[in-house]
Order: sequence, then C-alpha cells, then structure tokens
Amino acid sequence: MKLGTWTKGLAVVAAASLTLAACGSSDDADPTTSGGTGGTTDGTAIISTNGSEPANPLIPSATNETGGGKIVDALFAGLVYYDGEGTPHNEVAESITTDDSQTFTVKLKEGWTFTDGTPVLAHNFVDAWNWGADLANADVSLNSYFFEPIEGFSWEESVPEMSGLEVVDDLTFTVTLNQQQADFPLSLGYSAFYPLPDVAFEDLEAFGQNPVGNGIYMLEDPADWQHDVQIELATNPDYAGERVAQNDGLRIVFYAQQDAAYADLLAGNVDVIDGIPDSAFEVFESDLGDRAVNQPAAVFQSFTIPARLDHFSGEEGNLRRQALSMAINREEITDVIFQGTRTPASDFTSPVISGWSDSIPGSEVLEYNPEKAAELWAEADAINPWTGTFRIGYNADGGHQGWVDAVINSIKNSLGIEAEGNPFPTFGEFRTQVTDRSIDSAFRTGWQADYPSLFNFLGPLYGTGAGSNDGDYSSAEFDALLKEGSAMTDTEEANATFQEAQEILFEELPAIPLWYSNVTGGYADTVDNVVFDWHSVPLYYQITKN
Amino acid sequence: MLMYVVRRLLQAIPVFLGTTFLIYFMVFSMPGNPVLALFGDKTPSPAVLEAVTAQYNLDKPFMVQYFLYLKNLFTGDLGVTFSGREVSDILARAFPITLKLVLMAVVIELILAVVLGLISGLRKGGIVDNANLITALVLSSVPPFVALFVAQYFIGIKLGWSPVTVGANSTWGAMLLPAIVIALTIYVIGMRLMRGSVIEAQSAEYVRTAAAKGLSRRRIIPVHIARNSLIPVLTNTAASFGALIAGTTVTEGIFNIPGIGKVLFDAIRLQENATVVSFVTILTLMYVTMNILVDLLYAVLDPRIRYV
Repeated sequence: MKLGTWTKGLAVVAAASLTLAACGSSDDADPTTSGGTGGTTDGTAIISTNGSEPANPLIPSATNETGGGKIVDALFAGLVYYDGEGTPHNEVAESITTDDSQTFTVKLKEGWTFTDGTPVLAHNFVDAWNWGADLANADVSLNSYFFEPIEGFSWEESVPEMSGLEVVDDLTFTVTLNQQQADFPLSLGYSAFYPLPDVAFEDLEAFGQNPVGNGIYMLEDPADWQHDVQIELATNPDYAGERVAQNDGLRIVFYAQQDAAYADLLAGNVDVIDGIPDSAFEVFESDLGDRAVNQPAAVFQSFTIPARLDHFSGEEGNLRRQALSMAINREEITDVIFQGTRTPASDFTSPVISGWSDSIPGSEVLEYNPEKAAELWAEADAINPWTGTFRIGYNADGGHQGWVDAVINSIKNSLGIEAEGNPFPTFGEFRTQVTDRSIDSAFRTGWQADYPSLFNFLGPLYGTGAGSNDGDYSSAEFDALLKEGSAMTDTEEANATFQEAQEILFEELPAIPLWYSNVTGGYADTVDNVVFDWHSVPLYYQITKN
Repeated sequence: MLMYVVRRLLQAIPVFLGTTFLIYFMVFSMPGNPVLALFGDKTPSPAVLEAVTAQYNLDKPFMVQYFLYLKNLFTGDLGVTFSGREVSDILARAFPITLKLVLMAVVIELILAVVLGLISGLRKGGIVDNANLITALVLSSVPPFVALFVAQYFIGIKLGWSPVTVGANSTWGAMLLPAIVIALTIYVIGMRLMRGSVIEAQSAEYVRTAAAKGLSRRRIIPVHIARNSLIPVLTNTAASFGALIAGTTVTEGIFNIPGIGKVLFDAIRLQENATVVSFVTILTLMYVTMNILVDLLYAVLDPRIRYV
C-alpha cells in the first residue's frame, strides 16, 4: 500500500476516457515504436508537478510512500502496467499463462533494455523479487509482504532464493504460489515487482541514490536530483513500451505543504498538482473551473469495533454494529466536514475498482436511518443492557478530529447513548495500541489499494489471521468464498464471488464503512490531456504542453 | 575580555546538554513505536518490525539511546535517514539557505527598528511617533503565517512582483518578500527599545555636555545618542533570532524554501525521530551561538559589561 501525506486517489471519469480516445494518435498506438521523445516538441516541454523528497532509497521494493512511489513508477516498467481505468496491459511481459492459477509462466518481450544498456531478462525480475522478499533486507524492503504469496517466502528466516521462482531461459521464468490466486498477474503492475539491473546488486546503497531503470523516464544525471528541492527526469530514448511520453520530461518539485503547491498552481508556476490543501476545499473548484479534479479514489475509510470489546461479541455485537452504522449520516458529514471531497461508502471496496457495486444485498445498513438504528440498539439491549461510553480511537496528528466528532454526534443523537472521541497524540502510538490489541475502544481504519482488484480490499483486511486484520475478524464462510473467488480465472465470476463474500461483511460489519477518499487536484492552462489514474496519480506520460 | 569570552563559552555547555536531553526525551519518551507509522494503516510482520526497531536503537533503554546519540554527535555522525542519506549532508545543504533568510530578516528588522525608533525618540509624542507606534502594533499583532499567506497571495500571485515560492531558486531576491514580511511582524519591540533609549540618552549628562561644547545636532545624534542606544536593540535581536529560527518551519513551508525548516517539517511528517532530534539540536546550537555572539558584541560596545 502506498501511503502518503497527500490525500489521493482517483477514478477516471467519462471525460477521461474521451481524452484517452482523443489522444490515441498513431505514434502511440503502434507498440513497435520504441521510445524517444514523443510527439511534436523541441525538448522544452517539461511537465512540472508536485511531490515530496522520497522517504526511502529509490529501490522499487523499498518505496512504500507516494513521494518516492511517483518517481519509481516513472523510472521503471514492470511486467504489466495499469491504464487510467486500472485495466492491466502486458508491458515487459509477452504473456503470463497458467493452467491451475498457482503456477504462472511469464514470457518476456525481446528488446527491452535498462538505461545502462543491459537487456531486461528473466533473472532481472527473479533477482529483484528475491532481494525484496528476503527477511535479511526487511529493514529496507518495506514492501516485502508483496512476495508473501510466492512459495518459499518466509517471515521467520532469511531466504535468499525463494523456491517458487525459477528462471527457465533468458526470457522465461515461472512463479509458483503457495495457493491458488487467479488475480496474481493483476498485482504484477505494482512497483515491488519491477526488475532491477545487475548493477543494482553491486552497490544497492549507491543505486538507491542513482537508480538505473527501464521506464518511460530516466534520471540522466544524479545532479538532476536536488535533494529536498526537486528532481528532473528526462524521457528515456530506450523505452520499449506503449506508454510513449508525449512531453520531454518531468520536473517533480518537492513541497513541504500542499498550500505552497496550490499557490504555485494559481500563479502558473506548476502544471499539475495531485493534492488540494484543506484550506482551499471550498474555493478550488471555482478557482480552477473545469481544470479542477475531484473524484473517488481507491481509498476506503472505516472504523473497526473489535469483538473483544464488551457488548460487541456474538448476536448482540452484530445488532449494535448495524445500529451504529445506521446512526451515522454519511451524506451530511462528507458534505459539511469534507466539503464534498469524500464519497459516502456503499461497500467495502472502492468505485474505481472493476467489479465494484453499490447494490450488494445488505448494503442498506450504510444508509442513515436513525429510527431503525434505535430499534436495533433496543433489540441488542434486550439481550444485554448497554453500559458505558462508546468511543472511537484516532491519531490526533492526522486531521481526523473533525469527522470523528461528527460521527460521534451522529451516534449520540440517533441512539441517545454517551459517546466520545479517543484521540492519540501520534500515529505511531495509535498504531502501536491497535497492533498489540491493547486499544480498548473502536478505532479508525483505512485502506488504499495496492493493485486494482476487489480481493485486495477484502483478503488482507478481513481474512482470518490476515496481516492487517486489526479487528481479528474470523468467518469460515467468508474465508471459503475468498478462496473460491481467488481460484477462478474468469474475472466476472470471481468478482461475483467476492460480492457474495461482502454480503457476509454487511451482516457482521467487521469494519463499519464510512466513505471513499477522493483525489483532489488540478492543472494549469499550460497543459492538456491530464488524466488521473486509478490510484490517484496523473498519467504524466500523456500530458502535453500547449 | 578573554576571561569573559571563556566563561561565556563554558556556560553554553550545560545549556546545550540540557536542551538536547529535553528534546531527546520529549521525542523519544512518547509511548508507542514510531516505526509503526512507517507502515501506515498496514501492520508489518513482527520480524520486520523488530529489524527496523533495532536498526534505530529503539529497542534499547532511553538513557542508552541518548548516550549513543551524544557519542555519535561528538564524532560528527548525525545518523542516516530512512532513505540512506547522511543527516549531516542534508544540514550542509539546507543550512546556508535558512541562514540567508534569517540574516536578511534580521538586517531588515534592525534597520526598521533603529531608524524608526530614532525618529520616534527624537520627536517624542508627536504625530510621527504615534503613527509609528500604531503601525508597528498593527503589524506585530498579525500572526506571521497569516501575514505570509496574505503577502504570497497579493504580492506573489496577484501582482507577480515576487516569486510565489522559492524552490530551487533560492536567491537573495526570491527570499526578499518572506524576509520583509517576517521583519515587519517582529520589529516593534526593537523599535520601542530604541525609542526608549534615545529619549533617555537625550537627557543624559554626556549629551548635555556635548551640546554645551557647541557640537551640532548632526554630530550629537549619530555619535552620542544613536550609538549608545543600540545596545538594548542588539540584545533584543538575539531574542528575535530565536523566534525566527522557531518560525522558520512556518515560513519555509509557506514559501517552499528548501532550508532547515522544510527539512524538519518533512522529518516530522515521516516520523524520522533521529533526524528531527539532530535538526533541533543544530537549531539549538545556532540559538546558543547567537546568544554568545550578542553577549560578546555587547561587551565590545559597553566596556562595563566585561568586568561584571
């Protein structure tokens, strides 16, 4: 999961598809075109955008925050890439085939090279994944959990070479998973799965400061990266894929605060920004007109009530969770507190993910219905009368107080019980208590998708014993449906199964869905063809300079 | 004089140790493991958590951590950020930029305080004096971040007279606007001090003597009145320097100036506690050094101070 300080995320709207159709000109429709400066420019069409100094070395599996993620995604190309809608397309991969959804054969295209001239071969992927998965590198490779499905991965001991990865020949390797997972190829566009050139392993520390990739852009000279100031990326003439840059380069300016980036956008000093400061929520749409962006993103926000709390286990717990969910006026809170930069939730995933539905049976539990809420609460009281105060824990350093207070008031008014927020001074402290299960109240939870699939919003969060199952939810029926869906090769069928699994979640509410975060952003009249992709970042290569 | 300098330097040592200890204590004694914040809403596996925690000595008792940090500090090793950069490199890059900004602001503040304070003091109670007072009070009652935003919006975005943000272009000119705004919000105290000393000096015996000797006002004002009135203003500058350092995070954030303040802001955002402590330590050092410098300057200006 990419975490960032900037609120982000984006679904591509109809307008964007039109843009896509409009810019499908001949020079990028022909996959045999090898890169070079795309389009019609003279080397001066540099797109400037906002970012932040990478928090980790620029090694793909070490980058887990947006500042570095944006740069790594520009510098490297993986087996697959996602288009604006999140649909995967083969990039370095010629084909990814499987007979049993457990062993995958990956064939690579010929003719891909890294910017140091060495070819991109099967071992470049296998070596990079093995390094990223090895527990010995866990202090750097923050994305190691991505390799967990691969056979031979271990959280207990250092495994330099996973048994599930095998190089067959220069352009072929196989991946064997611990269990069936049909959507595994879909996850391969995530940055943790990018290849690394041989030179990386000679000195990874140096590589992290001066990466050599195979992507659309490249770091021509280490001096182009002015730490804490900005990084300038040139187009990569050896890029062999379809996503040919329609501009001459990318300048990512590091801002400490979104307000400064927004001021620069208003003054025309920066072309595109992918985060609007809270202070401008009310005015940015009138400031920017149709150059303002505000659409749902692959970010799901909720709060979790662990079953170990008094009054929240068994039938009583289910009734109370449903009552609490119906006691919250999501529409009003997203309008008033977030000024329309959040979208009320209608399921456990996100509207930008293919297969999303807002009409899953049971989802009416997300509608504001204070009478029904009070009824359900009374039913629960008949089992075991309510005592105490209902509280929601949150980190005070993340700007959550406004919505928590609003949700608490909503609950108080609907149910007539004592309720209050439970703030923690820092995120670190908050997560410590959530992780060691010592927190004695409900708490806020959130998820940003790693790759565009329904499963990614369900398995890691509500599967029995899953890594981020902070509420210790466990349902054999739900687990079985997930497993079943994971084994299906037909995406439609798999999605239907995941929807079925969500019906169980609506009954038992392991987390109470609140809203989807929107991506907010904007661009200046200096650029065209600005499309934000499924995970909130503009597709920079498509942007043209006027 | 030498004895005085040595004594003043020795006094700085406990101040330095005390402040770093307090900072370290405040940052690291917080409950909870800051490493978890690295992973956001995700939960890392216990083995990963252990590895990262151990790497930053966070698994050791607090006093052990503090002494390790001090030991490293005295060997010039300020530690490494999560991204593998030397904290000392970051400081070396960011420090000159912040110094530029603060120096400009201090110089502008001094000029404003001395000139306006002198005019006010010489024409005590007049229209100019009152106008000066009202203007200064209005300016100083605006919170700096508000003043900075307003200046950025009107002078930067609307009028285009100054760069909106600094970024890679950290020249004197680009940073002039924030420096002026900061100076305007803090010059009032210096000005009032100057005014008070000027009024006092005018009735002092040495000034009366100078006038009796037949010296012209043009000679008396700069040499006898103004020079001796500078002492309290300079002392106050040290205090305002501290305020400037503290406010640099705000200023640099708004104008995106890549100095210490912005780097500190980033470090706080990423919960890089070791980095935060190192930066704040450096800021403390600057503050202490500045205070010593002012005290020494004071001693140069006023011989009586040396023998106290």
